[in-house]
Amino acid sequence: MVVKIKGKVFVFGDNVNTDEIIPARYLNTSDPQELAKYCMEDARPGFGRRDDIKGSIIVAGENFGCGSSREHAPVAIKAAGISCVIAKSFARIFFRNAINIGLPIVELKEADEFEEGDIAEVDLENGVVRNLTKGKEYRIRPYPEFLMKIMEAGGWLEYCLKEVGE
Amino acid sequence: MTLAEKILSQKAGRKVEPGEFLLLEPDIALANDITAPLAIKKFKEYGGKKVKYPDRVVLVPDHFTPNKDIKSAMQVKMMREFAREQGIEKFFEIGRMGIEHVLLPEEGIVKSGDLVVGADSHTCTYGALGAFATGVGSTDIAGFYLIGKVWFRVPESIKVTLRGKFKDLVTAKDLVLKLISILGVDGANYKAIEFSGPGVKEISMDGRFTISNMAIEAGGKTGLFPVDEITIAYERERGIEVEEMYPDEDAKYVREVEMDLSELEPQVAYPFLPSNAKDVSEAEKERIKIDQAVIGSCTNGRIEDLRLAAQILKGRTVSPDVRCIIIPGSQKVYKQALKEGLIDIFIDAGCAVSTPTCGPCLGGHMGVLAEGEVAISTTNRNFVGRMGHPNSKVFLASPAVAAASAIKGYIADPRKL
Repeated sequence: MVVKIKGKVFVFGDNVNTDEIIPARYLNTSDPQELAKYCMEDARPGFGRRDDIKGSIIVAGENFGCGSSREHAPVAIKAAGISCVIAKSFARIFFRNAINIGLPIVELKEADEFEEGDIAEVDLENGVVRNLTKGKEYRIRPYPEFLMKIMEAGGWLEYCLKEVGE
Repeated sequence: MTLAEKILSQKAGRKVEPGEFLLLEPDIALANDITAPLAIKKFKEYGGKKVKYPDRVVLVPDHFTPNKDIKSAMQVKMMREFAREQGIEKFFEIGRMGIEHVLLPEEGIVKSGDLVVGADSHTCTYGALGAFATGVGSTDIAGFYLIGKVWFRVPESIKVTLRGKFKDLVTAKDLVLKLISILGVDGANYKAIEFSGPGVKEISMDGRFTISNMAIEAGGKTGLFPVDEITIAYERERGIEVEEMYPDEDAKYVREVEMDLSELEPQVAYPFLPSNAKDVSEAEKERIKIDQAVIGSCTNGRIEDLRLAAQILKGRTVSPDVRCIIIPGSQKVYKQALKEGLIDIFIDAGCAVSTPTCGPCLGGHMGVLAEGEVAISTTNRNFVGRMGHPNSKVFLASPAVAAASAIKGYIADPRKL
């Protein structure tokens, strides 16, 4: 698990749903690199094809990833090179999909204090998010122990094979 | 205990508490033509040779089928070959398939008290049967193929107490749209919604499926109905014997909502969230012109839905400015509709009738919207670009409202026809 992440912030709003993250018209494939090209397409057209998103951080409002169960949504974000998603809250299925595939996600009530272009730093080990541009620091609630184990293994299937596989 | 706690406790073999994490073996694990290929690839990538419980695996190619393009055909081919190679019998080929959440209860594959996971968010539909059924991702399904287990967090529950009876042309869809507008699109996030009260017996199984189906639109993990005489009769028709199940008197809820069925009006949910519901009488005043009406989907593609649409469309014709597309949810629903003369009514009214598919609901095929177009639809989501072009719009409503709007050419109140 990557414990310290630093990147440029791209800001999105509330209720960003999986149809906006990866529209169904691109779901006739499950190839991560194909999906990455259309990441966030209906929230911000062309986002997935920008060359400055590698290593960046998506910051959003409430209920990020609501809607469909399509794992293609976190897969597209991860494959596009986004290093972390910070949101005020996450929809349940997106949350478990991100944990399962090892995409770092952070719940932060003060997510709306970030502005486009700020540099954010996420320290998962110490439970801290920093806005390096604004010089602010926020404490984050640690993951429940069970989810931490999945994250540490690098994802659900890695955990399965290690811990519970027969 | 709540219904959710009862089912999960039964599966865990001990009393469980909200907030606990559990590793359980689900009775059924479902995936479709969008989510199964990702699960199959992961299963193989992680060294999977033989699926742990092939008899619990269900594969339904329903989203982009009959295959809309070459890439979709390749996805379904992967599913079909996987089913053959793994001896998975519950793969439903075109001609026998239906929309997954119409098909599985109809075939008796999911039943009361079951623990069901599906790589489809509307898996919560089976909560109508009193099954703990919830949407998960493809990796969860791959994990189930590998080790037969899935992780769960025991949810807190929201209790929705129902009283009264529906007025004429007010339906389960109107109830759930109103409920989502009360809870908000994330009001039930991580939680189970549990229905109770004297109003429950006023709602048919088809109506309950519609309500549980849209629990996810309030963020709900599942939407549970008690197992009562209506459920028992439904299961018995499928040769399944189940016992009544109600929550305990002292069950704990994080929130309680009361709804009176007799106070409900037909609802219309405006773009771009399912929670934007208004009374149809208000919507009608705005004369919102529509280009398309879709009647079908896992939400409203059952026989009662088609009967209601036919009741409105009988002897009337669809506006020349509207394409009205009707999609029975399964082959059985289609055949029953034929037998009852509903398909004649639809065709005489100028509707297109399709083989079962999710198609237009998610902008896949069979009725994709062009730029600037507006649809009224009995489906479940009205997000940006959901049915096609990012600048198109979807209004959600019942089959009665959708059919009345198709006739009028604008969003219309079926009670005023």
